[in-house]
Order: sequence, then structure tokens, then C-alpha cells
Amino acid sequence: MLDVIDLTVRFGPTTAVDGANLTVEDRSIHALMGPSGSGKSTMLRAIAGLERPVAGDITWNGQSMLGVPTHRRDFGLMFQEYALFPHRTVGGNVAFGLRMRGVDAPSVARRVEEILELVGLPGYQGRSVGTLSGGERQRVALARTLAPRPRLVLLDEPLGALDRSLRERLMIEMRSVFEAVEATVLYVTHDRDEAFTIADRVAVIRDGRIVADDPPEDLWNHPPDGWTARFIGLENLLPADVLARIDLLPPTPEATAGVVPPESVVFRPDGQQSGLVVGSHFRGGVFRVEVDLGAGADLVAWSGVGLETGTVARFDVTADRVTWFAD
Amino acid sequence: MKHGRPVVLLIALALTVAACGSDEAASSEVVLMTHGSFAVSEGVLEAFTDETGVSVTVLEAGDAGAMVNQAILTKDNPVADVLYGIDNTFLSRAQDEDLFVPYRSPALDRVSRDLHVPGDAVTPVDVGYVCVNIDLMELERRNITAPSNLADLTDPTYGGTFVVEDPTTSSPGLAFLLATISRFGEDGAYPWQAYWKDLVANDALIVPGWEQAYYGEFSGGSGEGDRPIVVSYATSPVAEVYFSDLATAPTAIVDDGCFLQIEYAGILRGTEAEPAARHLVDFLLSTTFQNDIPLNMFVYPVNEDAQLPAVFLEHAVYPNEPVVMDPATIDGNRERWLAEWAAAVR
Amino acid sequence: MRRWTLLLVGAIPAVFLAYFFVYPLVTILYTGLVAEGRFATSAFREILVSPSIRGVAWFTLWQALLSTVLTVALGLPAAYVFARYRFPGRSVLRSLTLVPFVLPTMVVGVAFLAVLGPGSPFGVNLRGTIWAILIAHVFYNLAIVIRGVGAFWEQIDPHIEEAARTLGAGAWRVFRHVTLPLLRPAILSSAALIFLFSFTSFGVILVLGDLRHATLEVEIWRQATAFLRLDLASALAILQLVGVTVLLIVYGKARDRRAAELPLRPPSETARTPRTWGEWAVVVSTLGMLGIVVVTPLAVLVGRSLRADGGLALTNYANLFDPPRASALFVPPVDAIVNTLRFAIPAVLIASGIGMLAAVVIVRARGRSGRVFDSVLMLPLGTSAVTIGFGFLVALDEPIDLRASLLLIPVAHALVAIPFVVRSTVPVMESIQHRLREAAAVLGASPRQAWREVDLPLVARALAVAAMFAFAISVGEFGATSFIARPATATIPVAIFRLLSRPGTFGEAMAMSVVLMSITAVAALGIEGVRGSRSGGV
Repeated sequence: MLDVIDLTVRFGPTTAVDGANLTVEDRSIHALMGPSGSGKSTMLRAIAGLERPVAGDITWNGQSMLGVPTHRRDFGLMFQEYALFPHRTVGGNVAFGLRMRGVDAPSVARRVEEILELVGLPGYQGRSVGTLSGGERQRVALARTLAPRPRLVLLDEPLGALDRSLRERLMIEMRSVFEAVEATVLYVTHDRDEAFTIADRVAVIRDGRIVADDPPEDLWNHPPDGWTARFIGLENLLPADVLARIDLLPPTPEATAGVVPPESVVFRPDGQQSGLVVGSHFRGGVFRVEVDLGAGADLVAWSGVGLETGTVARFDVTADRVTWFAD
Repeated sequence: MKHGRPVVLLIALALTVAACGSDEAASSEVVLMTHGSFAVSEGVLEAFTDETGVSVTVLEAGDAGAMVNQAILTKDNPVADVLYGIDNTFLSRAQDEDLFVPYRSPALDRVSRDLHVPGDAVTPVDVGYVCVNIDLMELERRNITAPSNLADLTDPTYGGTFVVEDPTTSSPGLAFLLATISRFGEDGAYPWQAYWKDLVANDALIVPGWEQAYYGEFSGGSGEGDRPIVVSYATSPVAEVYFSDLATAPTAIVDDGCFLQIEYAGILRGTEAEPAARHLVDFLLSTTFQNDIPLNMFVYPVNEDAQLPAVFLEHAVYPNEPVVMDPATIDGNRERWLAEWAAAVR
Repeated sequence: MRRWTLLLVGAIPAVFLAYFFVYPLVTILYTGLVAEGRFATSAFREILVSPSIRGVAWFTLWQALLSTVLTVALGLPAAYVFARYRFPGRSVLRSLTLVPFVLPTMVVGVAFLAVLGPGSPFGVNLRGTIWAILIAHVFYNLAIVIRGVGAFWEQIDPHIEEAARTLGAGAWRVFRHVTLPLLRPAILSSAALIFLFSFTSFGVILVLGDLRHATLEVEIWRQATAFLRLDLASALAILQLVGVTVLLIVYGKARDRRAAELPLRPPSETARTPRTWGEWAVVVSTLGMLGIVVVTPLAVLVGRSLRADGGLALTNYANLFDPPRASALFVPPVDAIVNTLRFAIPAVLIASGIGMLAAVVIVRARGRSGRVFDSVLMLPLGTSAVTIGFGFLVALDEPIDLRASLLLIPVAHALVAIPFVVRSTVPVMESIQHRLREAAAVLGASPRQAWREVDLPLVARALAVAAMFAFAISVGEFGATSFIARPATATIPVAIFRLLSRPGTFGEAMAMSVVLMSITAVAALGIEGVRGSRSGGV
């Protein structure tokens, strides 16, 4: 189990990680999500031992890792651009960690074969890394990281360099690979879909601080604040005065904004609320409808049938599905 | 990959490999410092060891000038016991530095008194002559008669035919300069500087070293160039005969202004093996060594009992009136003469 | 790397340099300039007022600059062709370019006079002109550019250049704005080495120059050995050192910008056969230039070694192996080869070991201390050989008397070769992506293992090139070897010198030179082979 306790990393005058706390349970996949510059990669590098924190601690099963050099931590790290060794073959790259651990040659060969099969590159041992496609390089990097069975796998934007369709396929594949090897994973990404697809838990980092750390559904349904809600891409984050127009009132005076899940809005002819339809787009099976609430704020909702733009729509909102917070 | 050995180990290994060659028997050894032209037949130095039980380590110290410098620089803690090869152009400087322990070898009695050094600071071992050499065939082909003396070389007949070494970079060059100084004198109507100006005006070529002059520019014998007259040694024609297996010499010397070079051996002050050093000096004068000198270094032995090899007897010439100059005079004027020479030829 | 490890690693080259360079240098300059406790300021006055010394200093500087510019200008196209194209005879030709590096100047002088002297087949007589000197410097130093820049060039991903082309840049603009900046550190390194070689040129100047053309190096030697003026020689040596130091400061400033980190590619993936007529034209014209500058003089030497008995014959070679005269003058070629290797192998090991340690320190100790160390390591190249040789004599008698030790020969060779190791490995090491070392570390490699597994293989090509130069420097070196040699340890250059120092054995000297050329070419080819098999594999 990894514990990051009040971790602070500075580069000169700038503070990249600012008192962050995080726990990664054994055999869980934990995503660390944040916009660029939020300190997520720095935090990952600090955990790997590649950056030196100025305060706080990093422990594994309660033992501090700060005095342990990178190569003795037994944490694997997969780099964003993979950092494959250009002077070695695929096999040479994958075998590297095993060789460093003094594994005998036949066992190395066996493990390399096994792990290449697992990532879908059987028989690639002799290939030069210069001849691989982007997706193949990604798989080699993953295999190289997993081959020595590190007790913690750290991944830094592992799909960042790939195109969309490949990314979606590899997300699923990676999750099953991690499950197959029962890895403990900390996965850094800026992409919500990736985090939600792959992780058991998602932590959100903002300006070096962890602002949320929940299972994906909880995070989705109950974002801790407006920034997180916006960052994970929740729709219908609206100010309290706009929400008041459709009779949604804050439970406490501090709550200044709320998120209305689109699925909590139901269009019906006898609905209590009404608004002008300003957009209606078919999205495969459902229509995405935008209703003007006045003051330039739109409410997004789903509808089984298309609604004509310019008409007035009536609808109801389930009030207890709204998440309120001080924005 | 198996390149895992620590670098330090490699260096240690390298030092060991290199050091392997340097552990000679230190028990009874005498070190002879000499110049790069030193050569001796196999078995000769071994004869000395058989005779005395002392082994000889030969240390080559570059050219003559470099060797003298080395001896002077290390005089407080000499590297060698005996220095061999210092000639009369450098002798005075070495004596000023008090490099040598005087020693009179019993074998010196068999050496002409003219060659002895006052106080026997050093012992003469061989003599040679720096002479103008000519390419007989080329001169004949060009229908030019051979020059008979140094003065002839400024005659237009010999324009563009003469190549000579720079005295500031070459020891035969210095010897030839000294010969011209001796022949033409310092003052008078036609001093040596005027002679050199005329040489240059007559298209004489000045090159830095003997190799360039003889092999690069000289047309005779094994020379590659197109100039039939060169400053070389009295024994060069003999060497041509010997190495090229010829019946007659393709080259000859001009018997005028040949400069006598005497090479000496001396016991270096500060030696810890003076008795062995004395034995070595005796040995250098012995017929064993003296007989070996001609065909190895192409100079003449000084021991009157020494036997000249057949090729020398047949082809070697002893110049009639060689230029002999006092070492002290040479040393006292060297710098001025060289500077004046440089000014004259520029 | 931690600070104290860095210091410890740096200590080895530092101590080596201090003991074998700085200490002897300071001692000899002190001996030369301080007589009975008084500093001989007169020597400085003398050299400063002398117009001829001023002329020598000026000539030394401009001929070195011109030689450097010419060599780099001619070397870059050749480096490009060897780095980017595969064609028949490529490795043989590339190995040949190293051969001039080892040839004794006297032998080269003969070849040059044959090609460019009064009897020139090209109808030009350059004897005694500055052109003869410049061309000879190009001949000697071309390999530094071809190898030094080439080793780096061939690992640059051609995609970088191709990408620039797709953005609409023409060939010249790609070179000017993309390739040249990438190559800049390697070019600067090579240029600095060539400048130092030319600045301290000795043999070439003596053989091909005349009275009007002398370098400080020649003048120091003249003052020390002909005039026996050690004070003037020392003052001149200091003047030379000042010149070299100024150059090294300029060079240090110029290479202030560190090499960019680059994704280096194995050379086997960057070279290809020329495709278009234009590419073939570039390759052929470059090889034609090499043919004139490098191959012609070498061919002249080979031809001359075969001339005997009024025709073509192997007599000279036969005489070498089975001398017709029982003179000890002849060093049997096999003995000479063995002696040569006995010095060359330790010299290569010392230079590679110490040079690599130094390179690691320079690369890791970013900032000024690294740069200063870098420059100081290059000083031996710019210091007169006479000065260092005499320095050994006066300084190294205590605590262990090394003055007559044969160990000094490989040490002296290594001093000259270390800058080659440093200069050819530092640019490559700087361009290794730091990420790769981190990747090794997270995979469980200790810093030392990471260096061995990542840096060393990537730097191996550059190191092999440097080792080749170290080998060539040692094999061809004559000065230090003749200074400390014994008859029993005569190397090939010493044997050539002996053959050249008497009448009648010129052909044998040429034959021995061809032996020297062959050994160098074979060694260069061998290293080429090792380099080839290195890429790829576990």
C-alpha cells in the first residue's frame, strides 16, 4: 500500500506539489487526474524517486521510501514518451528490468515471451524499436514496465501520444492486463474518459493539491466543488440564482452553485418548469436538448424525441439529484 | 553485453602492461644515454656484460641538442651513468654546466692526441666529417665540372644546384655554417655572411633537416630530388655503396671545408655506478666496439687499432684539411652566429 | 550522481593531469625562467621586442585558423557522405582517411613534394608556400572532422531533417537551420582539436615550410636545442600557452549552449544507398576530393616503396624482413610492430579510461566547473611537446623515478589522446535523453548500471572513434617515443626515422611507412567492424 503524506515538491520558487495526500491500495488501479501543470507528473516522479520532495513522506506499507534510491524502490514507471532504449531490441528493452534484478537468462527469456504475449506482441523479441508503430511502442513500454513485476506500477500519460480510436482500445486492454497481473497501479492522465474507464478510484489534483479522491461514480455524482465538476466535464453547473428560477433552492446559504445531472431532467407536457428550446441534436438514440433558463444560462437534458427549436418545453427536475457547493 | 569492467581496473591494467617492459635487472647495471642515431650490432654490448657482469641499458634521448638539454636538466639527479654522442659543437656548454666526472681511460693511449680533451673531462669515441656531396652522374649529364671548393658554389655555373640544411634546426647544417665561418672568416673583404648572401642569390635551397636535403632534394644516390650538390657526410658515398650493393660510389665529396665532428663519451656527475661507468667508457674505446662503429653509425673509429671494414677501406675518404674548431669558440659565438646567419639569408 | 561521487570520479583524471601535465609543465617553466631565485624578466622583454618572434606568433595564429577553416569546410561534406550514405568501399575508404594521421611528417613531406613540388604531375610547385602547409594540415586532420562530426551525424534521426523539409524548407535551409545547429557542438569540438594541432604544428612546418614560416612550436624547439636558451624557450612556451588558453576560453564560450537532447538512432538505420542522380553526384564528388587530398599522397608512398632495382619490385619489403646487411640499424618489422602495440594498447586504455571518467564529470557537473575542467584537459594538445618532454625529466624523479620508465611513453601518448576521447564523447553524452537513464533507474538499474547499460552503449561509437584516434596518435608518435625509447623498444616511426637518417635506405623507409599505413588501416577497419556488431542485441 502506497501512502503519500503531505508531499511537497518545489522547483526553485515554484511549488509543483503542495502538501498532497494520497493512498493507493494493494491491487487497485488509482488514477491521478489533473490539468497540465497541476503537478500530477511531478508527484508521480517524486513517488518513483526521480524528484526529491522538500517536505512530507512517501511510504510503502508504512515504511518511508525517501531514503531509498529509485532503483531500489521496486516501483515501475512508464514514461509518457515511453523512453525505450534505442540501442536495444524489443526483447532487450523488456528484459532490462529482469536483468537488473539478476534473473537468470532462461527465466528472463520465458518471462519476456510471456509478457509480450500478454500485451499482444508475441514473437516481437528481435524487432528493433525504431521500426515499431506508436501503438506497438506503447505496448513494449508497458511490457517493459510490467515484466519485473514491480510492487507498484506508475504510468505517466501512457496513452497521451496515441490517436483516439487506438486509445479507446488500449484503455480496455490495459485494464485487463493490470487485472491479469494483479498490479497495484497509479495512473496519471488529464483525460476523464481514460481515468473513469481504467481506474477503481480517481484522485483529482489542482495546483499541487489533491482536491478529490473517490470512486468514479461518486466523483461523477458528487463532485466536491465547482472546479472539479467543470474539470471532469460535468454539464449543467449553474449559479444558484439561475437554479432558483426553476425552483431549485440551495440547502445552505453557502452553496452558490449546483450541478444538475442531465438525466435528472424529464420532459413532459405537464412539467412544472418551462423554457425556450435553443438546441436539439440527435445523438444516436437520444436527443441532446438545450433549454434557455434566461441570463444566458442553458440547461442540457436528454429527450427521447426531438424538440423543435424556438418552442417552449415543459419539464421536471428531481431536486435531490442536484449537487450543491460553494463555488 | 560484457563491457562491465570498472574503468579504474582498465587503467590499472594499462599501467601494469606498460610497466612490464621497464623492470630491467637493477643489480648491476649501467645506463648509457645517447642520441637517436646510436646503433650497434647485436652481441656487442652483450660482450661487455660477459666481460664485466654489468648489463647496459641504452637510453635514447632524441637528437643531439635534445640529448644535451636532457643531460643539463637532470644534472642534479642524472638519469644515466654515461653520456655518449655529445660532439664538439655542444661540448663546451656541457662542460660549463660541469656535467662530467673526468676520467682518463687507459685505452686513450691508442687515440690520437689531437682528439684528447684537456683534463679528460670526456673521452673521444668516434669522428666524422660534414662535407659537401655531389651527384657524379647528374653533374656529368648537365656537363658541369665538379666544384672543387666552397667558393665555387656561388658561381653561376652552380646556380640552383645546391641544397643545404638550416643550422638552427640541423646538426650537419650547423657544422657546415661553422666550416664557412672558418673558411671565410668574420672580418676581411669577403666575410662568411657575404658568402651566404651569394649562396642564396645563387639559388641555393635551405631546408630544415638532413633527411629533406638528402632524400628530398638531392639527386644523387638514393636521393629523390633534382639538386646534384648537398651538404652531407664524408661517409655518405660509402653508405650508398654499402646499402645499395654497388661497385662504385654514385656520389663523391668535395674535399674542401669538411667540418670535423668529434663525438665524446663522458661519465655523468652524480652517477652511483662510477666503476661500472669507467668500464663502459673503456669498452667504448675497445676494438670490439670501435670495429663495430663504421657500418652502424657511418663515422670513423678513433682507436688506432680498430679495423675498418672492406667497404670503408675501398670507398671511404678522409678529408685533407678538415675544419677543426675549438668547442669554446663555438659555444661562445653560437647564438650570435646563428642570428647573423638568419639575417644574412633572409 | 551525488556530489561526492562526482568529485571522486573527477579526482582520477584530475590527479593524472596534475601529475603528468601541470606539475612537469610548471617545474620546467620555473627551471627555465628562475635562475638563482630571480625571475628572468629579460627573456620576456627579449621575445616581446623581437619583430621576428612577433612574426612567428602572428603566423602561428593565422595559419592555424586558416587550416581549421579549410579542414572543416572540406571535412563536413565528407562526414555527411559517410554518415548518410551506403556505397561500395565505404568502410575501407573511411578507414583510409585515418591513415594520414599516423604518418611521420618526413614521409608525408616526401609524398607532398612528389605531388605538389617542382616535379608535380599537376604542374604546380607549392614548395615553401603557405599552401603546402595548409594542404598538409588538411591531409592530417581531415579524419578528425570525418570521424568526430560523422559519429554524431550518423546517429541523428533523418526524420528531423525530413520533417523540416515537409515544412517547406529547401535543402540548404534545412542544413543551415536544422542540421547545423544540431551538429554545432560536434563541429566546434573537432575545430578546437584541429586548431590546437595546427597551432602547435611542428613536423609539417619543418618539412614543408621554409625560413619565413615557423610556428611558436618550432621556435621553442630551436631555442631549446640549437641555441640552448631554455629561458627564451620557456618564455615562448608561456606565450604559446597564453594563446591556447585564449582560444580555449573563446571555445568554451562558443559551446556554452549545451547540446540538445536528441532521440539518437542506431547508424544502421540512418544510412542508405544514394537514390537520385543528385545524391550520387554529391557522393562521387566528395569521394573525388578525398581521392585528391588523401589517397594521392598515400598512393605516391606506396608506389615509391615498390620502386627498386630500376623497376617495380618487392625488394624494399624483402630487405625489411630479411636485411641484406647485419646492421642493427634495421629493426625487423615484426619487432617494430610488437613494440608499437606495446605502447599503443596501454595508451588507448589509459586515454579511454581517464577520458571517459572526465567526460562523465563534464557532462554531469553542469555549469562552469565542468567547462573549466573540459578546457584544462585540452591544454596538453596545445602545449609544446618539447616543453612537456623536458618537464617530465625535471619533475618526475621523485617519489618514484619515472624519467627513464617506458611507462611515460603511453602516458605521454594518452595526454594527447585524452582530449579526443573527451571531445568525441561529451557531445554524444550530452545529447542522450536523460529520460533513458531515469527509465533504467525505475527498472532497477543503479546509477553505475544505468551508465553502463545506457550511456556506454550509446556512447560506444564515439568512444570507438576516440579509441581509434588514441591508437593512431600512439602508433604514429615519434617525439616522446624517441625521447624515452631504448633500441630494444624501437617503434615503427622510430624504425622509419633510422632508415631515413642514412643514405641508401630510403626505399626501405617507404616500405616501413607502408607497413605503418597498413596497420592503421587494419586497426581502423577492425574498430569499424566492432562498432557494426555493437548496435542492437541484448
